[in-house]
Amino acid sequence: MDDELKYVGHAVKKVDARKLATGRAAFTDDIEMRGMLHAKLLYSPHAHARIREIDTSQAERAPGVRAVLTYKNVPRVIFSSAGENYPEPPPYDQVMFDRKVRFVGDRVAAVAADSVEAADSALALIRVDYELLDPVFEVEAACQPGAPVIHDEADATGIYDARRNIAAHLDLLAGDPEQGFRGADLVMERDYRTQFVQHCALEPHVTICYVDEDDRLVIRTSTQVPFHVRRIVAHELQLPVGRVRVIKPRIGGGFGGKQEVVTEDVCAALCLATRRPVRLEFTREEEFIAARSRHPQTIRLKMGVRRDGQLTAVDMRVLANAGAYGTHSLTVMGVTATKTFSLYNVANAKFTGDAVYTNLPVTGAFRGYGAPQGFFAFESLLDELAAELGIDRIEIRRKNFIRAGQVPPFAQIISEGKETAKRAIVTCGMEECLRRGMDEIGWNDARSRPTGRMRTGFGVACAMQSSGIARLDMGSTFMKMNEDGSFNLLVGVPDIGTGSDTIMAQIAAEVLRVDPEKIIVCSSDTDFTPFDSGAYASSTTFISGTSVLKAAEEVRRQILSVAADVLECDVDQLRCQDGAVYDPSGGSISYSDICHRALYEKDQFQIMATASHYSPSSPPPFAAAFAEVVVDVETGIVQVKKVVSAVDCGFAINPQTAEGQVEGAVAQAIGFALTEDMPHDGEGRMLWTDFRSYKILAASDMPEIVPILVTTKDPAGPFGAKSIAEIPISSPAAAIANAVADATGVRIRELPLTPERVYRALKAAQHVAQDTVEVSRR
Amino acid sequence: MKIQLKLNGCDQNFDVSEQLTLLQLLRDEGCYSVKHGCESGDCGACTVLMNDRPAVSCIMLAAQAHEKSVITLEGLDDEPRTGCIQDAFVNSGAIQCGYCTPAMILVTRALLDRSSSPSETQIREALNGVLCRCTGYVKPVEAVLNAVRQQSEVTTHG
Repeated sequence: MDDELKYVGHAVKKVDARKLATGRAAFTDDIEMRGMLHAKLLYSPHAHARIREIDTSQAERAPGVRAVLTYKNVPRVIFSSAGENYPEPPPYDQVMFDRKVRFVGDRVAAVAADSVEAADSALALIRVDYELLDPVFEVEAACQPGAPVIHDEADATGIYDARRNIAAHLDLLAGDPEQGFRGADLVMERDYRTQFVQHCALEPHVTICYVDEDDRLVIRTSTQVPFHVRRIVAHELQLPVGRVRVIKPRIGGGFGGKQEVVTEDVCAALCLATRRPVRLEFTREEEFIAARSRHPQTIRLKMGVRRDGQLTAVDMRVLANAGAYGTHSLTVMGVTATKTFSLYNVANAKFTGDAVYTNLPVTGAFRGYGAPQGFFAFESLLDELAAELGIDRIEIRRKNFIRAGQVPPFAQIISEGKETAKRAIVTCGMEECLRRGMDEIGWNDARSRPTGRMRTGFGVACAMQSSGIARLDMGSTFMKMNEDGSFNLLVGVPDIGTGSDTIMAQIAAEVLRVDPEKIIVCSSDTDFTPFDSGAYASSTTFISGTSVLKAAEEVRRQILSVAADVLECDVDQLRCQDGAVYDPSGGSISYSDICHRALYEKDQFQIMATASHYSPSSPPPFAAAFAEVVVDVETGIVQVKKVVSAVDCGFAINPQTAEGQVEGAVAQAIGFALTEDMPHDGEGRMLWTDFRSYKILAASDMPEIVPILVTTKDPAGPFGAKSIAEIPISSPAAAIANAVADATGVRIRELPLTPERVYRALKAAQHVAQDTVEVSRR
Repeated sequence: MKIQLKLNGCDQNFDVSEQLTLLQLLRDEGCYSVKHGCESGDCGACTVLMNDRPAVSCIMLAAQAHEKSVITLEGLDDEPRTGCIQDAFVNSGAIQCGYCTPAMILVTRALLDRSSSPSETQIREALNGVLCRCTGYVKPVEAVLNAVRQQSEVTTHG
């Protein structure tokens, strides 16, 4: 069957590559509208304060200023900026402008002016009288009695415990953990910490709004979730959804950072206030202070294991830093729990998680969505258990990872807070990921060199993710045929740079047996493309791709019925090939002729179809990452030499773009492991707000990265595809930490592994070793 | 202030404010291939060729380009050597979101002008000026290597 696949499973050139390679005006900001105004936001300079008074009169009179918005002239509407399905998981704790500010970077006012400079100058003329409140930055302190209460507003809803600053709380229990721990030969408990990291999409958040000739609000924006943006902004501005249109042009990277309403609502409000086109583009500094980042987690992890390596119980306690607002907080913790626990199928498992408000920038969705934090802890502790028991690091994983046919303990829980059906794993390529990864890195010959100044070590870590959110995420497609045998494929799912337009074209092309260049993909415009939850949760290929498959099948059925009439032949004797339909005797009719006949000649109709798809299951992709590192014990510098990432993505619709997903995710994961962090000055001001201080890897920083695609063909996915976008980011950081421990014998349980942190850990371990020697001498 | 520059091969006069960045001038002139990624010259998305060398236009005033040649990707349309690099980027799968792609192509073009057979290390050093968050640079580096190969074949056979 595979031999017959002509377009899927092949490295088809990206349908949009040419326009991008030639720099065509394709992105949100690549237009200039007549009379367009430029917007700027005034941010709070204080981490926690109440606004006593705000005076915008001078700013309003400044040259070129057309509108100034604050809490005084914008209706107070509670909302969640999280681009999730409706109703968004709690809490609803945001308003466009509040009388209280909760972090350095919280919105205070917005200005629209004739130029960026005029808007900027006007910000300086806004007088704000703040009543300073005590801030709190650490999650442990924030949930103690007596801590400053960050959300004391009366109208927020869905906050788990506002008085203790707990935005969201999650308890999960499977089996009997206490009994599981009693049955263990070894129980270990360790604490892990991960840090704030930022998406750093090269294209900042940018939105252009205008009112069209029918008096409707049009939002052209860099987003992963056009339909959620339409719904959320309509709610905030109290407009019917039908009065709002969202256009998603080409997007310059998202990674979760654009699964959120960050710029759209304010830009739209300024547009309605001025009745003029308004543009709001973030600077890089604004990205670091006012956009979103990954939830730092403090994880206390306890595992029980039998002598043979079989896990008997797990207890995970997570404190996540939500920052000032609770967007995505509940669901990110849900992923931390369910992905780690499900991969190892622990029958007795307990999870307790609190996402805690602090006076720091807001954390939200970020590729991996809680899994990278959880796997950092889980995979680190597995190595420690294996070392203590004297069993092989691969074997302890083999002993425990879930197999096809097994039902993960929390499989039915948490899809944006809802329960889904309990389902067994149908395909699992974990063993092949491990085997091929080991071969590629030379695991069995890999000689760690734990002596001398430059020490070499090897590490492994595994992960699983999902393929969309079962029974919740939905994608839909509209497809129609044109006279030249081309097809318009209108999909709600936005391509944000991943290559999903190409994936959709390949799926449609395969069904119709026509060159993908004949498929004209449009994504996304809420007026013309049907609904899609959006580009997140690794749902695009699996969910939206199946809606394309269904629509293309219906279009093919209509094509064949016309062909059968012309060729005077039964439909089931016909086959489609290279843009034509053939009968068994060699007769044929081209797609072009079929379309002409349908449109103009007989029983006229438009060959077209719509299809929607949601899935009762979410088959997980699996991955194993292997890392080789060299640690300079004199400086603490960790150099990653090679990362191998073997991923069971079911089936790669486009192996080239699938590899690209793996390579990019690994690069981000190395940054998470080694260099990326968002420190503040003690008063909540971000210290690293440019790429000189916040280090994302450049070309020369990269180790060798080897992606391996493992095929398992899940029957639930289009052509067997599961997902690939998120999973490769979840395990490399743990593999690197494990490799550092292998090289040095020192376990570091906090990211990132900066030279200073590694050096201090090595020195501390040396002191401990010396103390031990002294004690034994005495 | 009045400045004169050769933009994509055409001598042009502009009356610009003193604070106007070269990036803004170019985008105002419709050169949308020049992207805004930061304001500190670190990400390189705004790279142009100034007197044939890569330069970041976000931290350069338009006035600093006075009497210089500035080339953006718009000026290299239909230019075969650039076309060869663009083909290599397309065929190697080096383009994901595409936001940094014009800058990468210009940097590659400048590299291949200086050196006909750069090593992978030299390629990576050249690409260091352009940050990419999508690809891990694996396929962009492959693309440049493929462009080098393609170019040497053209030279050999041509």
